[in-house]
Amino acid sequence: MNVTLFIPCFVDLMFPKVGISMVQILERLGHTIACPAELACCGQPAFNSGYWDEARTVAVKVLRELKDAEVVVIASGSCGAMLKVFCPELFAGTEHAEAAGALSKRCYEFSDFLVNKLGVTDLGSRFPAKVTFHDGCHGLRELGNKKPARQLLAKVRGLELVEMKDAEVCCGFGGTFATKFPMISTAMGEVKCASAFETGADYIVSNDSSCLMQVQGLLDRQGAKLKTIHLAEVLAQS
Amino acid sequence: MKSLAQGFKDQAGQITRDLRHREIIQTALRKYEGVRDKTKAAFQDWEAARQAASAIKWEGINHLDKYLVEFADKLEARGTKVHWASNGQQARDIVLGIIQERKARSIIKSKAMTSEEIHLNEALEKAGFEVVESDLGEFIVQLRKEAPYHIVFPAMHLTRGDISELFARELGSAPTQSPEELTMIARRVLRQKYITADIGLTGANFAIAETGMVSITENEGNARLTAALPKVMITLLGIEKILPRLEDLALFLPMLATAGTGQPLTCYNSLYGGPRQAGETDGPEEYHVVLLDNRRTELLADAEQRDALHCIRCGACLNVCPIFRNVGGHTYGTTYSGPIGSVITPHLRGLQDWKHLSFASSLCGACTEACPVKIDLHHHLLQNRRNASKQKPSLFEKLGFRLFAFIINRPRWYGFVKRAGWLVQKLHPWVKGTRLDPAYGWTKTRELPPIARQTFKEFWRSRR
Repeated sequence: MNVTLFIPCFVDLMFPKVGISMVQILERLGHTIACPAELACCGQPAFNSGYWDEARTVAVKVLRELKDAEVVVIASGSCGAMLKVFCPELFAGTEHAEAAGALSKRCYEFSDFLVNKLGVTDLGSRFPAKVTFHDGCHGLRELGNKKPARQLLAKVRGLELVEMKDAEVCCGFGGTFATKFPMISTAMGEVKCASAFETGADYIVSNDSSCLMQVQGLLDRQGAKLKTIHLAEVLAQS
Repeated sequence: MKSLAQGFKDQAGQITRDLRHREIIQTALRKYEGVRDKTKAAFQDWEAARQAASAIKWEGINHLDKYLVEFADKLEARGTKVHWASNGQQARDIVLGIIQERKARSIIKSKAMTSEEIHLNEALEKAGFEVVESDLGEFIVQLRKEAPYHIVFPAMHLTRGDISELFARELGSAPTQSPEELTMIARRVLRQKYITADIGLTGANFAIAETGMVSITENEGNARLTAALPKVMITLLGIEKILPRLEDLALFLPMLATAGTGQPLTCYNSLYGGPRQAGETDGPEEYHVVLLDNRRTELLADAEQRDALHCIRCGACLNVCPIFRNVGGHTYGTTYSGPIGSVITPHLRGLQDWKHLSFASSLCGACTEACPVKIDLHHHLLQNRRNASKQKPSLFEKLGFRLFAFIINRPRWYGFVKRAGWLVQKLHPWVKGTRLDPAYGWTKTRELPPIARQTFKEFWRSRR
């Protein structure tokens, strides 16, 4: 299959290993990867801040770039939700409405793509560690992906998954919310970290780097031993 | 004067650091979730029940013109006086008028968030009347001269110790940690008040159009006493409380109980259809129903967010909201807090003054998932943000997003900014976490990951 990989701006800049791991996994499965150089952001920051005109300026380019893509795999549940759920709303009543609707149907978040589109759960990965999984809200509630990541983790050799209390409760990132209301965002993150500590896990795994940036940021400040890691990085290890 | 938004931020800043508060609320709400999930599981199909409840409310709200008239006509046919209030002032005047006409002195109340909304207690007290809240939680916060912390659990922020101390101070009772004893202390005070009150004022959970009846659901029997003992009964309710048919209660009473407290059914469920009829031995001599608009019709006119009027005030969205759980009910500064409050307050009290509540959300969607009548809560927050930014954009943000769009849409600019950022970040440790730090909002409490030496895009280019 010809897979177009959408690496969102913050993953590109700060978490390149996540994208590289996805390339490795998809190539190992025999797919051809394209990463359009022009593609950088889905427009969500402006959209969530209420600046829909500015969001459209960014997202319209995404529509153009991905017009002919067979399938699009997005390296973040949140940006995935933007393309799949919010873009059709953003472009409703405009000349791009049809393109946004059509693109929405061809978009997949990474774990959803592996499990539900490709039907793969066992990637032959090995990651000997005790981990707990954090559900990113957009992937969980906008895209409805609760199972795929857990199905994938279940097949990783040496990995023990311990569910934390309130795995589905938000970590407090929330995009611009994290800096507009840092005190609330931080408190939410602290509650999340406390739940993760209780499991005694070595790693918090998630399929959204934005959540992991929030959690790792707090863990580093606290000097905690617990680490975060993206699902793709876990799956790429063999 | 400090803006409402700044006040919210300041208070949030304080309370999020209050670990005792955090512990009390997290513990209480985790317990609620456990009980609620068990009760939810007893439904054959909770999702289908939500769908059905949403459809019924949709029908009621979209035909309010018809159902409200039906409701009022049926009530009046049994001798109830129905009053229509466009706003809080009118509603307060109506209630005051009834009280003055009857030469009443004291009023006993059961729980009514609409009365909080129009600040009825303050108005009545200012006019020289005694007003006593009979719901235990409301009684407690009234003694503390506080607004309810939560629409269903008004005193959930207090421990037994706090309440014991309060009762000792205000009522002169002996300190105790026993919930039963604390309840008995309140009961001894309240029983006397029911008997001496001239007027009983209640809220309503549902307004049944078909039969012209007010449905009140409660756990303490205090609403029954409020309705039964005084000679005059007044019910104050918002116009959105309409349910078309009596049989709709068969769905809504268990759903309200499950979502609200995790109970299969609330302990006392009553219907009130009018004053004492000829040949009846009990019930109030006079019954007044005050229907309140207070800008609900403006929300009704908003086709996108009209479903916010479906709200049955169960509090489920507050209970699951991580923002509410961390900032607590009082920080909002609104009658209705949590996600539903953040959605409707801008409609009820002005978008620009209250838009900060719509921005104070991570948009996690837990509220929408929990809502028993399927209000699209977190997407309405997004719509409020859009409307607010469109109506009154912040020049700084608008320019910022334009600049962002310009750079992100041009790979060469993007590459240049990345390289510049990578170099500049070497200076970051000098200012990190201080006020000079451009990323202070983040770095005050969190570490920021560095821009990678080789970005993904650079990796991809290098491979080809």
